[in-house]
Amino acid sequence: MSLLTTLARLEAVRAGRAQPLATVRHRHLSERPMVLVPLAAAGESGAPLAVLLGTDRLAPRLHIVPQPLNRTQRFEFLAAMAADLLPYLESFGAEVELLEGSEKDPESGEKVPVVRELCADAPQLIVPNGGAVHHLALLGRSTRFRRTAEDPEPGPYPAPTQVPLMGRWLTHLTERAQVPGSSLLLPMTSLLARHWATGQSHLEDQHLAAQLSWHAPPAELTGAEAAELAESERDAAGQLVRPPAGPATDPKFDELVLGPAITRHDAAVAALRRSDGQARQDDRQDDAEQAEVLVKEARSQLEAALFAVLEPTWNDLWKGLDLLRALPPAGHLADRWESDRWSYTGHRDRLAAGEPPQPKRDDAVTAARKLAQREREQARLDIQEALDDPLAMAEHRLAGEAFAGVVTDVALEYSAGPRSKPRPVLTVRTPDRPHADAGREVHRAHAEPAQRGEIAGSAPGEVLVRLVSGMGRKKEPEPGSVPEVGDTVVFTLFELAPRQSAPLPEPEDTPWTHGGPPGGGPDAAGTAGAAGGAEEEWE
Amino acid sequence: MSLETTDHRSPGEAADAAVSGILRAVVSPAPGAPRGVVVDSPPGAGKSTLVVRAARELVDAGERLMIVAQTNSQVDDLVDRLALKAPDLTIGRLHASDGRPAAEALRHTNVTASEKVKDLLEQDVVISTAAKWQWVRTEAPWRHAIVDEAYQMRSDALLAVARLFERALFVGDPGQLDPFTVVGTEQWAGLSWDPSSSAVVTLLAHNPAIAPHRLPVSWRLPASAAPLISSAFYPYTPFRSGTGPGERRLTCGVRSDGSAVDAAIDEAAEHGWALLELPARRTVRTDPQAVAAVADTVRRLLERGLTAHSEQGSTPLTPGRVAVGTAHRDQAAAVRAALDALGVPVDPAAGPAVTVDTANRLQGREYDVTVVLHPLSGRPDATAFHLETGRLCVLASRHRHACIVVARAGIAELLDEHPATEPVQLGVPVAFPDGWEANHAVLAHLAGHRVRLG
Repeated sequence: MSLLTTLARLEAVRAGRAQPLATVRHRHLSERPMVLVPLAAAGESGAPLAVLLGTDRLAPRLHIVPQPLNRTQRFEFLAAMAADLLPYLESFGAEVELLEGSEKDPESGEKVPVVRELCADAPQLIVPNGGAVHHLALLGRSTRFRRTAEDPEPGPYPAPTQVPLMGRWLTHLTERAQVPGSSLLLPMTSLLARHWATGQSHLEDQHLAAQLSWHAPPAELTGAEAAELAESERDAAGQLVRPPAGPATDPKFDELVLGPAITRHDAAVAALRRSDGQARQDDRQDDAEQAEVLVKEARSQLEAALFAVLEPTWNDLWKGLDLLRALPPAGHLADRWESDRWSYTGHRDRLAAGEPPQPKRDDAVTAARKLAQREREQARLDIQEALDDPLAMAEHRLAGEAFAGVVTDVALEYSAGPRSKPRPVLTVRTPDRPHADAGREVHRAHAEPAQRGEIAGSAPGEVLVRLVSGMGRKKEPEPGSVPEVGDTVVFTLFELAPRQSAPLPEPEDTPWTHGGPPGGGPDAAGTAGAAGGAEEEWE
Repeated sequence: MSLETTDHRSPGEAADAAVSGILRAVVSPAPGAPRGVVVDSPPGAGKSTLVVRAARELVDAGERLMIVAQTNSQVDDLVDRLALKAPDLTIGRLHASDGRPAAEALRHTNVTASEKVKDLLEQDVVISTAAKWQWVRTEAPWRHAIVDEAYQMRSDALLAVARLFERALFVGDPGQLDPFTVVGTEQWAGLSWDPSSSAVVTLLAHNPAIAPHRLPVSWRLPASAAPLISSAFYPYTPFRSGTGPGERRLTCGVRSDGSAVDAAIDEAAEHGWALLELPARRTVRTDPQAVAAVADTVRRLLERGLTAHSEQGSTPLTPGRVAVGTAHRDQAAAVRAALDALGVPVDPAAGPAVTVDTANRLQGREYDVTVVLHPLSGRPDATAFHLETGRLCVLASRHRHACIVVARAGIAELLDEHPATEPVQLGVPVAFPDGWEANHAVLAHLAGHRVRLG
């Protein structure tokens, strides 16, 4: 935790309210996000229990698994969820921008012009917390290999057609969520924590209701008191007034509400099955109809119970969105959102091309590529946030990695040699204390084109910077390229563009140190088993 | 790995036997032998010397050789050392377009530096960082490679450079800091090719026939330090010191002024260790009192005219032979500023200076006396970062004579309140010892050399 964040947290404690950590919004928010609150059943990792989802805050839609251990019901649930989710996810695929680029022809090696499609917008899923992202990833993993009735060999348990397709989307979205700065799938707790500091620990911030309590504590309560109330207040029946945001449910809810409701539903289903059998024998239609009504009743009781614990979270998510939407968007959001759109377009194209689902495990090269991408994006995110937001830059200034100040003198100097270039030396008056060792490279923030300099000397309250680039090619600097006396400037000691990642071999060229190419003989399997093909493996 | 039975040979004989076994495996491997040779080396066990000898023998056998190190300063050190020890070899220093090699590396006539590998293809040995090698596209003329500090290299970096060579010698210290990344990598935990794990871990997982060699003697650590470092950080691969008790001594030219700082220096001079303990308190990372205590200790070390007596003779303790180690960069910056204010030289560009750096950057370095700001000093919690075994191991094993640890009281209690809670990942080999255990072992030893300040 940086000094500034620590300070903000201390101030939040003192003020009893959340304190801003950003002056702008650092994540893209869609005009039409899909808000999604998943619940998992206790006892089995990744078993879905319910989901509340929708794009309209007044019209959430609920899907439940009445008996979470029943695989048939689970896949009925997944099919219903897919029927809700897929039209939304696919609705962004139609409207595209056409971008002209060039590509190397694999045979001739010449550059040929190509026109590529980029979807104009992309979907965005908002979930309560990191646990929800993990749960969706598990759902994706457990469904993307399912065979359906349309498969040439459907197997004994074919899943509804849309289920594996949703699994592939969920896998793509949860993978993308691992990329720093991406916005296709965002957990609300991290979104809020990026923009505001509360007076509680990071662990406590994982509780959405508690974190939100710091933003608008009821009158006469401090944020800390409101947060504690949100975590622990129970009604007369012993149930939490603000249930946890999932995916796990409160054990008291499981014990006193959910368990009995499931048992009732199980009993009603069993009775229906019995009366169905008897009805066929004895032609007693009335009993069968009666039993069916009981099942419906039991199911709607379950739905009501689950809706009651999901709805507060649903409302919290929209409240969180309101808070975030009140912040002005950061300057580089469109840039990063374009990467998300490329990611979405790429997945759309892979589906259209009939490619197999994402493999169970990444092979060595794919894993290394993903890691490189995430590190590059993390570097890009840090830089862009610093440029977009004075509060983010302040963290770097406090750490001695940047300094801001007013130019008090500009001495026009020139490099030696026959082709002398401008090398003006700026005197910057600054209250910051950068690690300004002489000769160290610095970069001027917000300079267009990019401008580099080096530290020419420093004294308390003052840094001398010799500009070495970004002044055109002539002997005299281009007008406007050198700051003038009185200008406010910001220099960073870190580079303002992320470094390119080094090339990696193709998967089929995986070297001996990493087990050779995937699927290439016994050695290729590695100790962790095969890289994992796209075959189904279930029953 | 098995616990070694007592070795009755002298340290020199034991080390020589190990080195010649390694060189045999590298230079004339048996038919069908694995393509990689791995050498585990505890701190100061002659790893660099081994690299120089292996390079020399491979070149003598008619091979051209590429060497991969991890940081530019490691590469420059290696170039300098190789050029000194083997003046008849031609050495290419491949460097990035924005990174000028250090002057020490370029002062030799047998060293050629270039940012383009094609300028260096004729050299006997070409040395660069893993990051630079990844960009080399040339049809590789090298059959052999030496990978230095291989445990610091990440698996994905090895993946990118392994196409350049057929056989390789991997040398490194398994007790030092593991490679790291700032982004999440949980999804690959347990995969043998987890790109964020160490290159050696991946190599050994895929080449089970490789049995790591070991260097059994630390020439750097004094007799006072080797047993502690060996048992705390290398419990299953013990090593010993090359010198016996009393062979390394520190003497003071100026008597103690009676202060706690001087008492700690005397304790360290006599026993090789001292713990300068400040009263318990939770502080910010750059704890001003702890930083002042570190700076004072360094100042007194230099003022008191210490002389280091060792098998290499007697030399005065100069700023260049003293280092300060911290966990965080801002701590290093604060110590540097405090030393500067006391008039202690810390800028290497202006002459011999005290090195002040983080554990990450002190890896592979060696000094006569080190002053360490304990990673857990003044902290309210013990995170995985601060508990990492390698961090403490690096900080506690840079010295030839003595190590003075500066810390707030209460670290043992802090450790007991924060047992390791990292989730267990399937398929990930459990690393021994864990940082918690190692921290306690070191603390328990330091408790016998405690001097209270204030």
